[in-house]
Amino acid sequence: MTDLADRQKLSYIAAQAADARLNVELETEGMTLNIGPQHPATHGTLRIIVRLDGEQVVWAEPSAGYMHRGYEKLTEVRTFPQVTALVNRIDWLGSFANEVPFILAAEQLMDIEAPPRAQWIRTILFELSRIANVSLFLGDLGVQLGAVTPVFMAFRDREYVLNLIESATGGRFHPNFDRIGGLKDDLPAGWIAETKQVMKKLRNFCDEIEELLFGNEIFQSRLRGIGVIPAEVAKQYGLSGANLRASGVDWDLRRDQKLPLAYDKVDWKVWTHPDGDSFARCWIRLQETREATHIVDQLLDGIPNGPIMAKVPRIIKVPEGEAWVSTENPLGEMGYYVVSKGDLGPFRVKIRSASFNNISIVPWVLRGVYVPDVISILASLYFILGDIDR
Amino acid sequence: MSDDSTVAELPGDALREGVVQALRDALGDALLDSVIVPQRDVWVRVRTDAWRQAGIVLRDTVGCDYFCFLSAIDWMPSPFGRGEDDPTQPAPERDTEIRQGVTGGDTRMQVFARVTNIAKHFGVTIKADVADDDTVVDSWVPVYAGANWHERETHEMFGIGFAGHPDLRNMYLPTDFEGHPLRKDFPLLARLVKPWPGIADVEPLPGDDSEDES
Repeated sequence: MTDLADRQKLSYIAAQAADARLNVELETEGMTLNIGPQHPATHGTLRIIVRLDGEQVVWAEPSAGYMHRGYEKLTEVRTFPQVTALVNRIDWLGSFANEVPFILAAEQLMDIEAPPRAQWIRTILFELSRIANVSLFLGDLGVQLGAVTPVFMAFRDREYVLNLIESATGGRFHPNFDRIGGLKDDLPAGWIAETKQVMKKLRNFCDEIEELLFGNEIFQSRLRGIGVIPAEVAKQYGLSGANLRASGVDWDLRRDQKLPLAYDKVDWKVWTHPDGDSFARCWIRLQETREATHIVDQLLDGIPNGPIMAKVPRIIKVPEGEAWVSTENPLGEMGYYVVSKGDLGPFRVKIRSASFNNISIVPWVLRGVYVPDVISILASLYFILGDIDR
Repeated sequence: MSDDSTVAELPGDALREGVVQALRDALGDALLDSVIVPQRDVWVRVRTDAWRQAGIVLRDTVGCDYFCFLSAIDWMPSPFGRGEDDPTQPAPERDTEIRQGVTGGDTRMQVFARVTNIAKHFGVTIKADVADDDTVVDSWVPVYAGANWHERETHEMFGIGFAGHPDLRNMYLPTDFEGHPLRKDFPLLARLVKPWPGIADVEPLPGDDSEDES
């Protein structure tokens, strides 16, 4: 096995060779291939146009926008509490995680903080969203590479987590549970014990996937050394989350910033991988899912007692100001730049979603790769269409 | 378990003052304003012609090698209010004064971007004015490759041009679409033709004194 520097060099050489061919031998029969808008590998309606020379990609361009819903414009005609119902639908597999940074930004502008119990439950639901989201990725990954079994396991075990989210919030996919100043409700009776059981099941799921997929020789040979993204390039493009940590950058917003969430109260680890290839990105997500179950377990043991809501007026007016809050969502850094003019609703909200940046690297990373690797690289970058288009 | 990976040191305000100082050293009077909110964040505003230079300073001198986002703000109050007017009545009088936010400004529109120093765990929000009659600023693509898509989005949503951008095609809208949807004077038609039912949500309840917690 070559080491990282060699592999990066190989990736550069491949890209340069592909460029050279395009420039010098234009008379060779090139071919333009459309992947999507409807393709199992695109998780929705993302179209990727690739130009091929033989089996090698010489040029690739994702064409997003099939699902643009204009949330930034819509937030300007909503009140602050109404916005959570919109932003829920950005990354629809980890909905609750979308609400948290917006609510935190509004709380920062109002200079209030949720009571400790609300902070802990927020963190628990946040991590449950992550588990529900990433466990589907782990199953889906198998399908993209031709293994059908893992996706059934993923749907089976994700169901337990969705049931938990439903019993706590009332919504399986779109909880809309976070409020400025706290949460809508307290946890139902028996929820904590049930969650502990489910976390055990999810750890088993992670073990199964690790054995079935990550230990598989075909799986490894399809992903190892493919789609290498060096750390410098990843940072330039604003890659975040597991994609960045897979390039060896030790950066996790759960740990590296001070927010009123309970991450600093538990003992956990940020996983990184030095390789930066497709395998590393998938491997990081597997480890993070397992780590998230440990975070949830520890948080469940220490939920403080107390109120679930801070004192907030019934009609919420957010004072004039600007705030930026981002959190480590299942897909990466998700943040809101909220501008308020002291009105009932925001004046402008810039939504920074992780997949938008994560997928903007596709033209760079697909140059010089072979057609079957296009699918595995896209799968390993892991994006949600709603998170690209907003 | 997490001993080696827990980086407890969070950025202090001295670090943020250092950022402002580094920009002042490099840009001189092109640094127009800076605001530091203690324990929280730092904003700077630079002259439009120093926009790209400021990006280079942030990347190379300040060490913000992680590109977070780039976008724009239209500071004009919306002529349509919050889209809650009764279409059968004449439009009410509205405030039309343009008030810029943190770090101020002189123009209706501003570009702003955020970059992060990953090693030292802090971010900087940087703004620049965009003249009303010349809505073009320098592209950041040569500085941060990730700015490419963000500038395309800003171009179609706000009509701001980016000099030096390789390919300012529309990202979401059809090529022949007219108007720039995120500008405040672009109407949200759905709100203009039908009264918004959601307004009932924010009406005070009878006898409500905003003290009731439940």
